[in-house]
Amino acid sequence: MLHAYEKFSDLDALYSPDAKVATSMYENADLFNEEMERIFKRTWVWVAHDSELADKGSFKLSNVGLEPVIVVRDRKGDVNVLVNRCRHRAATVCEVKKGKTSSFQCPYHGWGYGLDGSLRGLPYPEQYGEDFDKGAHGLKKLRTESYNGMIFATFNDEVEPLVDFLGPEVRRYIDLFMKQGGGFPVKVLGEHQFTVPMNWKVQLENTTDAYHFPVVHKSFMQSLDGDAEEAFKFLDTGKGYVEDLGNGHSVMVMIPERIDLDENLDDPVEERFLPLVQELREEGYPEDQVKKIVRAVGGAGFNLNLFPNVSFSLAFFRVLTPINVERTDIRHIALGMDGGPAAANRMRMRLHEHFQGPMGFGSPDDAEVWERVQRGTKGGEDLPILVNRGLIDEHPGALGPRGHISAETGMRAAYKMWKRMMSL
Amino acid sequence: MNMMTKTNDLVLLQKVSAFLWAEADLLDAKDYDAWLALWLTEGFYTLPIGEGDDFDNQLNLCHDNDRMRRDRIQRFQQGFSISSAPPARTVRTVSRFVIESVEGDTVTVSSAEHVIEDKFGRQRVWAANMKHTLVASGDGFKIRTKVVRLLNSDGMLNSFSYLF
Repeated sequence: MLHAYEKFSDLDALYSPDAKVATSMYENADLFNEEMERIFKRTWVWVAHDSELADKGSFKLSNVGLEPVIVVRDRKGDVNVLVNRCRHRAATVCEVKKGKTSSFQCPYHGWGYGLDGSLRGLPYPEQYGEDFDKGAHGLKKLRTESYNGMIFATFNDEVEPLVDFLGPEVRRYIDLFMKQGGGFPVKVLGEHQFTVPMNWKVQLENTTDAYHFPVVHKSFMQSLDGDAEEAFKFLDTGKGYVEDLGNGHSVMVMIPERIDLDENLDDPVEERFLPLVQELREEGYPEDQVKKIVRAVGGAGFNLNLFPNVSFSLAFFRVLTPINVERTDIRHIALGMDGGPAAANRMRMRLHEHFQGPMGFGSPDDAEVWERVQRGTKGGEDLPILVNRGLIDEHPGALGPRGHISAETGMRAAYKMWKRMMSL
Repeated sequence: MNMMTKTNDLVLLQKVSAFLWAEADLLDAKDYDAWLALWLTEGFYTLPIGEGDDFDNQLNLCHDNDRMRRDRIQRFQQGFSISSAPPARTVRTVSRFVIESVEGDTVTVSSAEHVIEDKFGRQRVWAANMKHTLVASGDGFKIRTKVVRLLNSDGMLNSFSYLF
């Protein structure tokens, strides 16, 4: 596809130095193909959380860019990410979304693969001759690394180690985010999935966008009780911020008191959590553990946005999968406490259902405005999309600029990385 | 089965069908206040994900008690939710009624639902298995539980600005 790349040599025209995005960024199918090659085939892409692969043989289907993969824990306990394609005639070897198995067998001619992707056997091998090398015909395997339970894979053997790609600030925020286990390991409880007719970058922008919240989510805010509604009024209080954390990553801090869930444990409990407090007390949890668990149930006070496909959003993971230039699949993964009180996990799931997913009080309105962006770009091809909000008062943070809570600093971080990767 | 029982079964099937058709009509018309009035306060309106049925302890698309049902309707009606102002329009068919059990004044009925939605000049089709638990009330019924299992509940969906 290198010939097509010539068309996009003027990257400044696509994302300008003064933070304006060309309309074709959401619409051009050739550019989309380039992005899949130059970004999704070359960097670390999130594929699974550790808790989704609890045992040896546990697997789930996932994607790295456009490519379908199987994420599986083998007998040694290592996680492998394998392209879901038989090495013989390309049929998928697994169409079960998640489960447990001891091997993968192609349904077409019966080639069998181990949990590490190695070719174990095939019917009537004689016709390939005596020098057929089974070792060279395993499922294509991606480089796989993880940090604090988050599993990433890449097609690029040359890319820097995951920990360096994340960098110190992202790692610090991941560790803080995982405190919402409330003293228990964080566990995936389920997921909401919906597809939206929009370019993947519309979604990439959105999780760093506090500016839309009081407008798009007014109806969600209205369904909250007083204290909870206060917590979501982060634009009015102006205490939060958005910070570029390097390599396209950013954090949007909405509720600074909730960055570290081990702090401020004596803050008054929101009204909506009082029945849970009562339930945990009755179950015999000691008072300081009750405080810790209840605080954790409310989630973290920030969205951590990783380039290119996963965001740690208050209390859940948001994962995007590009499908084509005008279509993106979204997963909202619900999290809970592994081994924690059932009452706390029930509350986590009800809170997730309240905002997230196809029937949530928040996601459908997000999906509507994302689709409206894609529809709007049909007009005014020459008009730029503005992501320059808040440039006027940015100041240096730990690794990159930090701006107002409603600044588009996080989007600029992502587009800066986009440009870097597209120019390599 | 004697003739009399069979007649009674058919009368019940007819009464239940009429009730579910009337409910479907309210939902297509988005006459949500009338729909809320069909419910018993303790009832749950649930769209599960996958096959599980421990709704309290699993993640669902929605699992609404009385308060959540009312909040959901308020969200639809107040005009601040961009996805429901205007919502997709719907035409639905409910059929394949099977009375699963009758205990005292409580009837459990399963049915099939097809919904076609229209918005932005495109139409989408949804299919679901439904199960209602209905409690006799006056000439008709009240809903105690309604479980709607979308055929692809654990797959990629879209966002919904209406009820199933």
